[in-house]
Amino acid sequence: MSKILIYPTNSLVLADLVDRFGHEPLTIPQEIRKKVTSVGLDSPPLNITPEDPKIGLKYAAVEVPSGVRGRMSLIGPLLERAEAAVVVSEPEATFGCMGCARTNELVNFLIRAKKIPTLELSYPTNDDDARDFVYKIAEFLQSSEVLKHE
Amino acid sequence: MKDTDDVSNKDVITKLIVLSSRHMMPGDLLYKIYALQKDVIVKETCFGAEVSGKKEDVNSLIRDIRILDPYGIFIKERGFPIGDLRRCRATSGGGARPGFHQIEVEAATLPLMSRALLEYDMGVKSTTYEKPAKLDVDVFKKIIADCLHSL
Repeated sequence: MSKILIYPTNSLVLADLVDRFGHEPLTIPQEIRKKVTSVGLDSPPLNITPEDPKIGLKYAAVEVPSGVRGRMSLIGPLLERAEAAVVVSEPEATFGCMGCARTNELVNFLIRAKKIPTLELSYPTNDDDARDFVYKIAEFLQSSEVLKHE
Repeated sequence: MKDTDDVSNKDVITKLIVLSSRHMMPGDLLYKIYALQKDVIVKETCFGAEVSGKKEDVNSLIRDIRILDPYGIFIKERGFPIGDLRRCRATSGGGARPGFHQIEVEAATLPLMSRALLEYDMGVKSTTYEKPAKLDVDVFKKIIADCLHSL
């Protein structure tokens, strides 16, 4: 079982397909769960602590907006654990943690810079596209470049 | 100050079960989950259900649930626990919770994904077709020049 980073990192379809084909999807709710269920003295609404933007500094400079660094504190640990990635290029809808275009550009750059096996796709809009989408993901997840990490 | 991990919550995960099934409604799904008698908390929702519990229990439940309709049940993890006051609509004055919008957008593609998964398991090969290539810059320049010349 390899650790597969998905982009958008909160995608239902990608998380389900990766899990279905026997790998572990790395999704942002996993990081959010750690934040919101850890008990501590720092308990503002989402348990984002002053430490988080500092973690984000590893990926983005100090003059970059704190929102980017805050988001990178969630996505960065996923990137570091990733052994392969499935990326949907230019998704029409990005909500919540994925709602920052600059962070999304940075994440895509870092995925490429890490030089891990990456599959790039577009969201399907018809049956032919969907068949192609599932087929490519299945073949990628069963390919030797992904399975060698097991 | 560094947060300390709560041991009791450390291995508790929550998963969303989203239905795109012709055979099952959220109510039916709930009865099936109850019948499995797992040690989990379950909540029926408009799109399916949410289950929360220890990682092993939830993953075991998910495996059993998927078998009921392999092409109509889609699952992903949720960060917030069920009924969390920071996300629950009951205490936030109504409206969709933030994570719902992504599900709502992707739910539109689930019927396509169901058919595609069925066809993949039946061994139907992908019908990859070449998308039309983008217009070459030199060709585009020539078109512009021709248009200007014809004026």
